[in-house]
Amino acid sequence: MSWIVDNLDLIGELALVHLRLAVPPIVLAFVLSVPIGWVAWRYEWSRGVLLSVIGLIYAIPSLPLFVALPAILGTSRRSELNVIIALTLYGIALMVRSVADGFGGVDRDVRQAATGVGYSGWGRFWQIDLPLAGPVLLAGLRVVAVSTVSLVTVGAVIGVQSLGSLFTDGFQRGIQAEIWAGIIATMLLAFAIDGLLVVAGRLAMPWTRAGAAASATRSDEREEATA
Amino acid sequence: MIEFRGVSKRFDDGTLAVADVDIVIPPHRTTVFVGSSGSGKTTLLRMINRMVDPTSGAVLIDGEDVAGVDPVRLRRGIGYVMQNSGLLPHRKVIDNVATVPLLRGTPKREARAHALELLDTVGLDRSLADRYPGQLSGGQQQRVGVARGLAVDPNILLMDEPFGAVDPIVRAELQQELLRLQRDLGKTVVFVTHDIDEAFLLGDQVIILKTGGEIVQSGSPAEILAHPADDFVSGFVGADRGKRELTVTEVDGRRVVVDADGRPAGVLTP
Repeated sequence: MSWIVDNLDLIGELALVHLRLAVPPIVLAFVLSVPIGWVAWRYEWSRGVLLSVIGLIYAIPSLPLFVALPAILGTSRRSELNVIIALTLYGIALMVRSVADGFGGVDRDVRQAATGVGYSGWGRFWQIDLPLAGPVLLAGLRVVAVSTVSLVTVGAVIGVQSLGSLFTDGFQRGIQAEIWAGIIATMLLAFAIDGLLVVAGRLAMPWTRAGAAASATRSDEREEATA
Repeated sequence: MIEFRGVSKRFDDGTLAVADVDIVIPPHRTTVFVGSSGSGKTTLLRMINRMVDPTSGAVLIDGEDVAGVDPVRLRRGIGYVMQNSGLLPHRKVIDNVATVPLLRGTPKREARAHALELLDTVGLDRSLADRYPGQLSGGQQQRVGVARGLAVDPNILLMDEPFGAVDPIVRAELQQELLRLQRDLGKTVVFVTHDIDEAFLLGDQVIILKTGGEIVQSGSPAEILAHPADDFVSGFVGADRGKRELTVTEVDGRRVVVDADGRPAGVLTP
């Protein structure tokens, strides 16, 4: 316990570094998955191939990927870029299916109506398809976020600093408290990002909560009508 | 005026939805396409705003072939109301009504003010403006759908089974409301339904279609009732089951009209 109190500065600093490594892959995975997932949804023939091939990326073990990327990309072995790129790939692997499912779940009637009242293809994508796929996209993004925060720690093994460095250091020096600090801080960071995403989702998609309240409102009206 | 000239539609899977159809839809009147599913009635309707393009033939609005008009621009000038309202679930009622004016570039404040007036027009309380469609009853949603269809004051209003998904009492209410609106506004309404009673109630002109997209008969409700073209029409309007036959009996010196089951339908006035 005293180790944690004595090293709060170090933990805080590593948490910031951890964030710097985790946030770009989360954002990049989301931004890149949307067009890929859209293609998989829009073009039936591509769906099977895209979803299986991209899903398989997740089967590549992370440590070998971190080690192999410098050779492939020509980056230095301890570059943070390796971790960011590898985690973006994992994020895409998790996210693309959610995107395809999200677009697939948009009510056909609503899409038809949007076309019928005069949305152009592009306008419909931004103003109808994307927001209505939102809840499913958010669900996928939350998994990506938590998974990414956790996978960043693996970078510590190849010498890229993060909260994971607390485990490697703790193991080498036999400091139990340091190992625990690394685990708990990583989990707290994951919870915090997940919580932020949930709040952001509520703000960006107010209708999802209104929908939940809808049945209650209607039963109130029935009671008024019978009273 | 809307004209269909020798229009056919064959879908990619080979089904013939509409077979060589000629129709003239007069302005400021309600024309109803009625038929069972697979009769091509919705396909015909969607050819007017180019949601479907004909395989052959042409659809003309006031003499202009719609094939030459940009579909998005065309649709923004034609009211469109569909079954299950087709409202955007993520937009408030008022923004749903203002959808098309906003697409056409009307300033937001102006579009919203006009949308509030339209809520009055379709008999909805303005307090519903800030709700989401999911918070309304089916009947209220349909009214919002009609308000959206009227938002740019289009000459043409396309209605695709708009009252198909609401319960009978609300449907009757909405039908009367549409008749009232139509008396005030005089739009060219093209209405699709599978319910012959609805067709006869709302239509100035009724076009009966059968599977494969063929017109079996068109005319006013009275003309169709008086002279059903064939057995199919007789069956469809219920004439073969005596449903449409009324007889007169004398009761205490007044002439009471009685339907085929012997139930009184009303009293004849001299």
